[in-house]
Amino acid sequence: MNRTLRGRVAVVGVGETPYYKRGGSPDPEFKLALDAVRIACADAGIDPRAIDGFASYSNDRSDASRLSAALGCRELKFATMQWGGGGGGGSAALANASAAIATGLADCVVVFRALAQGQFGRFGQGPRRNEISGEGAFTVPYGLMSPAQMFAMKVTRFMHDHSVRQEALRAIALASYHHAQNNPRAVMYGRPLDEAAYDASRWIVEPFHLFDCCQENDGAAAMVLVSAERAKDFPHKPCYVLGAVAGSHHRAGAPVHNTPDYASSSFPTLAPRLYAMAGVKPKDVDVLQSYENFTGGVLMAMVEHGFCSPEDCNRFFVKERFFAQGGELPLNTSGGNLAECYMHGLGLNIEGVRQVWGESTNPVRDVDVSMVISGPMVTPVSSCIFGSEATL
Amino acid sequence: MSAYLPAGLPQPVPSPDGLDRPYWDGLLRNTLVLQRCADCHSWQWGPEFVCHACLSDNMTWQDTRAEGTIYSFERVWHPVHPALREHGPYVVVLVELPEAGKVRVVGNLLGDPHQDVRIGAAVRGVFEHHADAGRPFALLQWTLA
Repeated sequence: MNRTLRGRVAVVGVGETPYYKRGGSPDPEFKLALDAVRIACADAGIDPRAIDGFASYSNDRSDASRLSAALGCRELKFATMQWGGGGGGGSAALANASAAIATGLADCVVVFRALAQGQFGRFGQGPRRNEISGEGAFTVPYGLMSPAQMFAMKVTRFMHDHSVRQEALRAIALASYHHAQNNPRAVMYGRPLDEAAYDASRWIVEPFHLFDCCQENDGAAAMVLVSAERAKDFPHKPCYVLGAVAGSHHRAGAPVHNTPDYASSSFPTLAPRLYAMAGVKPKDVDVLQSYENFTGGVLMAMVEHGFCSPEDCNRFFVKERFFAQGGELPLNTSGGNLAECYMHGLGLNIEGVRQVWGESTNPVRDVDVSMVISGPMVTPVSSCIFGSEATL
Repeated sequence: MSAYLPAGLPQPVPSPDGLDRPYWDGLLRNTLVLQRCADCHSWQWGPEFVCHACLSDNMTWQDTRAEGTIYSFERVWHPVHPALREHGPYVVVLVELPEAGKVRVVGNLLGDPHQDVRIGAAVRGVFEHHADAGRPFALLQWTLA
């Protein structure tokens, strides 16, 4: 038996609630989840009661059984949470859902993420308790306690090892903001960014300026997956899963910054598995969404997925290369986590699908191979590749 | 000495399962004590119940010199905790310990927070005691050697 997801499953509907700045949602988080699932089902032209599975990540609070009950689903066959925080589980949730469909565990699975940081606390803040034990006790008392602070340490070492300049990070931020100006969903729509504004922005933690860091938002996003056999009966042309992988390299989770291969985005062993399953190479990728928790993670993840060598980053990372309008490698074409919305990266997976459909607000011409990288530098991370009918 | 960062951050306490108590007790004695496997002699940090190299349960604790090199660093500007508001930038270093199998520990680099920091620079440890805390503890800070 050929053990692969390639061509077995397709995305047939996507959707999201309006995206808000944190605290801006008029609705509670669970209502946002219900809305996103129903919007995605409407996009697919299916009754939500046909959903028989849910897959999410990052300890999403919107429980699958509650969703299934609230939506009157006829039966629940699959309810899976990908371990790990941050957005490392975005493409992993898609992989889990795809595996369930490919193996007959479920027939119609929704991948979703609902997140109202204004209602449940911000990721970018340190712990407020008086005492701390466990791994946090080795870092928090030294003022190392937020995601930006955890990952700046890795990025600094990578930039040092390979003489990467700040301008390479800047190009990533500028590309996201450029694309957001054509995307009315984007929280940063109408708020362009240029080199001077980036350079003048305050440091959060070196080497991250304000604009190197993702937003904190309220909203929800969802995708509907069915088997490839069924996918032809839906309104959209099928967007197939060519490959999806999750995990991390040797001892990526070693505590207190002791991962042997430290200056890494956790993808060295995933990328070869992804390309092998999908049957494509980096040069075949028509458009890329690469998760920006922080721009440095985008850079390292793109290196580890083979788009450029570590020594070539200063030449490679220029904004024009990443523009949907004529760039060689369009990147984060919805505005991404920096400028569309930080929906823990599921918006990137949705954008990857829309590019195959030709429905992006920054459409890239003739997309057959569309790739998404989820949550660099955490563990586990994940990535996936979507393909058009022509790729099968 | 006074503390490098202002009071009010969460204070470290040994984990309830006892896994890291020798480390915290060691700092109170001005000694860096880290985990080492009695069978294959691998150093291990942070602590774990088994040796990652040979899977032995026979983990012990060994004194090691608080001397190392800066493996990476960061200068933090944006305060993410109320205790750090109005404080200004500070430097966090990741220090590699050659004598302890190159395991790494996190601390602050004492001195001017605006100083140029160089990866590879030699540093030595400074024990920072918080005797006034509800449960007294010590941190391990670093200064250029």
